[in-house]
Amino acid sequence: MSQIKKSFLLINRQAPYGSSAARDALDVALTASVFEQDISLLFLADGVFQLLQNHQPQGIRQKNLSANLAALPMYDIDQIFVSATAMQARGLTKDQLSLPAELLDDQQIAALISRHDQVMSF
Amino acid sequence: MIFSLLITGAPYSSQSVATAYQFAREALQQGHTIHRVFFYADAVHTGSALATPPQDEMHIPDEWQQLASDNQLDLVVCIAAAVRRGVLDDGEAKRHEKNGGNLKDNYHLSGLGQLVEAAMVSDRMMTFAP
Repeated sequence: MSQIKKSFLLINRQAPYGSSAARDALDVALTASVFEQDISLLFLADGVFQLLQNHQPQGIRQKNLSANLAALPMYDIDQIFVSATAMQARGLTKDQLSLPAELLDDQQIAALISRHDQVMSF
Repeated sequence: MIFSLLITGAPYSSQSVATAYQFAREALQQGHTIHRVFFYADAVHTGSALATPPQDEMHIPDEWQQLASDNQLDLVVCIAAAVRRGVLDDGEAKRHEKNGGNLKDNYHLSGLGQLVEAAMVSDRMMTFAP
């Protein structure tokens, strides 16, 4: 089984705490990493808010997602892509992000999706 | 083609589980293979034996169960997502000291490894999100 190696693209489209989507996607990423798959993460739409620094979710009794995100490099997950359009629409800049990420325009995002074996969307 | 399905929307709240069902049925009819159906996040409620929709509405848990039984489909409900939301098989119910399990026949609880394995061996992983 482990000799099969595919490229996975996990698309994160939702804000970090309004639903379980962000954490669900992260759990899939970490599991795929245990299976030694090639993993990329793409943050689209409100998903870009997941990457902001200084989350303070204690007030709504949620666990902080940032610690899990910070652990990604330890799982060899360092291909992190962000929609430039989504960032711009929300008034965000790259220096506000908690992880080194590559900004992609819409055309580059289409190419990114098409070059992966499997795409899952959250 | 070998498909696997990832479903994340709750039955009845979102269209995702019902659309996934239509897709699976049609794919099988056209001669494709469904390697696995993975119910994640709110989709775990599909596995509840207690779901009781009005009789003139689609019974989503039953329809999936029937499709699985007719086609030997592997219906996997994410164990972490399910236990958190109150969908337990008898083993988990016992382990967590609950009165009884409520997971439907033909569904089984397992981990995210089953989702990743499905993506590894399938040609296409289809996501049905809310």
